Amino acid sequence: MSSAESLNGKGLALIPRAEGAQTMKDFKSDQEVRWCPGCGDYAILAAVQSFLPELGLRRENIVFVSGIGCSSRFPYYLNTYGFHSIHGRAPAIATGLATSRPDLSVWVITGDGDGLSIGGNHLIHALRRNVNLNILLFNNRIYGLTKGQYSPTSEIGKITKSTPMGSLDKPFNPISLALGAEAGFVARTIDSDRKHLQGVLREAAAHRGTSLVEIYQNCNIFNDNAFEALKDPSTRDEITVKLEHGRPIVFGTGENEKAVRLSPYGGVEVVRRSEVADDEILVHDMHSPDPSLAFALSRLDDPSFEHVPIGIFRSVDRPAYDQLMAEQLAAATAEDGKGSLDALLHGGDTWRIG
Amino acid sequence: MTKQVQQLDRVIIRFAGDSGDGMQLTGDRFTAETAQFGNDLSTLPNFPAEIRAPAGTLPGVSSFQLHFADHDILTPGDAPNVLVAMNPAALKANLVDLPRGADIIANTDEFTKRNLQKVGYAASPLEDESLSEWRVHAVPLTSLTLKALEEFEISKKDAERAKNMFALGLLSWLYHRPTEATVKFLETKFAKKPDIAKANVAAFRAGWNYGETTESFSVSYEIRPAKLAEGVYRNISGNQALAYGLIAASVQSGLPLFLGSYPITPASDILHELSKHKRFGIRTFQAEDEIAGVGAALGAAFGGALGVTTTSGPGVTLKAETVGLAVTTELPLIVVDVQRAGPSTGMPTKTEQTDLLMALYGRNGESPVPVIAPSTPSDCFDAAIEAARIALRYRTPVILLSDGYLANGSEPWRVPETADLPDISVEFTTEPNAEDGSYLPFKRDTETLARPWAVPGTPGLEHRIGGIEKADGTGNISYDPDNHDKMVRLRQAKIDGIDVPDLTVDDPDGDARVLVLGWGSTFGPIAAAVRRVRKTGAKVAQAHLRHLNPLPANTGDVLRSYDKVLLPEINLGQLALLLRARFLIDVISYNRVRGLPFKAEELAAVIQDVIDSE
Ligand SMILES: Cc1ncc(C[n+]2csc(CCOP(=O)(O)OP(=O)(O)O)c2C)c(N)n1
Ligand code: SF4
Ligand SMILES: [Mg+2]
Repeated sequence: MSSAESLNGKGLALIPRAEGAQTMKDFKSDQEVRWCPGCGDYAILAAVQSFLPELGLRRENIVFVSGIGCSSRFPYYLNTYGFHSIHGRAPAIATGLATSRPDLSVWVITGDGDGLSIGGNHLIHALRRNVNLNILLFNNRIYGLTKGQYSPTSEIGKITKSTPMGSLDKPFNPISLALGAEAGFVARTIDSDRKHLQGVLREAAAHRGTSLVEIYQNCNIFNDNAFEALKDPSTRDEITVKLEHGRPIVFGTGENEKAVRLSPYGGVEVVRRSEVADDEILVHDMHSPDPSLAFALSRLDDPSFEHVPIGIFRSVDRPAYDQLMAEQLAAATAEDGKGSLDALLHGGDTWRIG
Repeated sequence: MTKQVQQLDRVIIRFAGDSGDGMQLTGDRFTAETAQFGNDLSTLPNFPAEIRAPAGTLPGVSSFQLHFADHDILTPGDAPNVLVAMNPAALKANLVDLPRGADIIANTDEFTKRNLQKVGYAASPLEDESLSEWRVHAVPLTSLTLKALEEFEISKKDAERAKNMFALGLLSWLYHRPTEATVKFLETKFAKKPDIAKANVAAFRAGWNYGETTESFSVSYEIRPAKLAEGVYRNISGNQALAYGLIAASVQSGLPLFLGSYPITPASDILHELSKHKRFGIRTFQAEDEIAGVGAALGAAFGGALGVTTTSGPGVTLKAETVGLAVTTELPLIVVDVQRAGPSTGMPTKTEQTDLLMALYGRNGESPVPVIAPSTPSDCFDAAIEAARIALRYRTPVILLSDGYLANGSEPWRVPETADLPDISVEFTTEPNAEDGSYLPFKRDTETLARPWAVPGTPGLEHRIGGIEKADGTGNISYDPDNHDKMVRLRQAKIDGIDVPDLTVDDPDGDARVLVLGWGSTFGPIAAAVRRVRKTGAKVAQAHLRHLNPLPANTGDVLRSYDKVLLPEINLGQLALLLRARFLIDVISYNRVRGLPFKAEELAAVIQDVIDSE
């Protein structure tokens, strides 16, 4: 086992620990929060601020890097190091930081426009490289900051200022996209369920490598109630498919209880609980080396939104990019010793005059 | 037969052949032999952008020109004295540059009917009168090579491929070059294929012996070593010097180097070179695109690394927004632009100086960036260290403008003593800097106006930076009109106040009335032209700008002290535009944008014209 592999699952192993106990207050900056009242970003901020103390990391070794968008204002409100960068580029900037500083816990905050439109390229490449990052993708299915144009996650036919007759393009499913981009850790959670959100963050932080967490976030100004069906007590239990590792995938209540099983067409399908035998029900295995089932699960909400899986789709370890790079530097140094500038400059064919 | 030996003070050789003929390698080896022998030298590789254009065609011709002398020289030379033409296409493509009376060594085996037709020769120029004004040495290079390698158990194709080494051997004999290093080189290069190694060495030796015995060559030439300043020398190309300069900057600053880069001609070799030196703690990151390359470098800089990105013009356009972010967050960053012919893809392997205005102004908002341009291949080493010094001391992105000519050209370089390299070490901020015990990320140094640099991991100095306008001092988001005006001016004043050395003028008698000004890679051709003009007794002064932003403080005074200022540029007058605007001096522009460096002769004529028109 290489030393990079020995860090598998130990996302925080290289980050210095805080000495005393921390509280939520330690992570609040002195800046006034400026999202619209009622914005889902508030709930996510509070969830993160109250979650960070539990990691027990030195505050100065935590960095939040963001792009541009309402969501990307996030770093200003946390009393850690922070970098509010430019539209779409946060994963690239964070890649440089995380690759050269394995002692940092680096978090990327991005939106559905920031991360999937202008920054889509950086996102998929960070995922395939497995850079040691936690990427939180705030998906409100709209461009908030630019006042309400449709986004790459908006449903087809979305009426917005830029699409008065409805949008034409098929949206991305961020979970499918991430799985297709070789992501090792992929999860979905929702702004309104703090417990679930924090549970997912906990696992994401523990994962060494890129963790992608899609967070459904309500933009009450430009796309209100986009996830209402997942929140409304009268519908939420019938729709929400909570993925839990090692547990059969069932959801809904009473007569409407449903289960997920393998479909004859290679994917998965939702069936009435009463119509399937116990051993036919798919047991969720987030550690499966083959991402096919995770991918199939990610398609459950597509395009109907009739049932939406949340939770951790995939959590599979492989060495993170920074460690692999550090290993190459160490191997080169072990073989030939530390570089000497004098020897380098005098290398090659030289001759002396005088 | 003892052959006559003639002394020469300088020679210009051009090796030309098909892209697949190994002309760059042949040129490199001849250069290495020449460097080792102790001549001063300068090289100009010229190759197509296509990896393998159709064999035997004009677009497929690749050439390598080398100028070497017993005195110090400044350019790869205007016109070759010797052309090695491996096929009809190479002859046809290069004949225009060849002065009458020059030697042509032609590989007769390739002058077949088909090859002649490919380039539009009705009959072989070797056999009619068309080359009568040149000295033609018809040598069947291919068949001689095959014959020399008869005994070897290698394929005919491999044997044929060794013909460039036969040619190298012949030229090495002709100019008395030392051969051991080439033999060693071939043995190492083909270490895994000993048969091929032996065959190449045999072809190389056969070429040498052929020279000694054939009647085609009755004279061989000696060019004495040049009397250069004392020291240890090596031959170095601009890209290699630049990479070494970056490594030196990392060592001298005490910061680990992080390179974020995306492959692009003619800058890729810097990425390749730096990737080899992991022992220096260098992290090289081949990004998904140029934006990610510069983004990662900036992220690493935020974390306390020496962040560098390397590219060419098309990549700089993509990086613009991130460079602007570095300007406003005031983080150190080095952006290397190895300029090539544009616009758009332009001519990737050809040189130009057309990115100056983009480097200075190619970003949104008031976004001042220091710009430095090296003047020779080896100067790329010092320019890289200087770029790092400015970036680190002033916490700013710096653009270094190299170009294709410097990148691939080479010259002997006196290896510096590491003890003589500048100390560019930085101290991170580790303590609060405000009276109330807080940390103000935008509180400036009173002398340099640079802001403090506190890196993640420093307890108590947690802070946020970003692209939104910042309040002076605290760095908090601010939309206050007066604060913005103040910050715009502060960022500008910081760059304007960078300490750059004065512009020096070379004016031997001190009474020239015409000044030739240049910047970047035109130094060699301009200096060579100035020498020629002075030889005729005319007076001309020369000055060369290395710092394009800020300009040396005495620039205006220098320009104003001459009746006329001539400014040759390989663009349509970009620096001229700036100088006119800034100093109200009507400099005389001379512009050619052919993808090639200026020729000394051409510039000498232009200088003479300006002097005469007084
Ligand atoms: C280069 C560039 N192009 C466009 C913009 C304008 N812009 C800012 S945020 C944004 C979209 C944000 O949408 P999203 O990422 O979903 O974030 P949200 O505001 O919804 O949180 C756009 C188009 C910009 N800032 N920079
Ligand atoms: S526009 Fe929408 S996403 Fe942006 S702050 Fe307001 S509610 Fe939140
Ligand atoms: Mg959005």
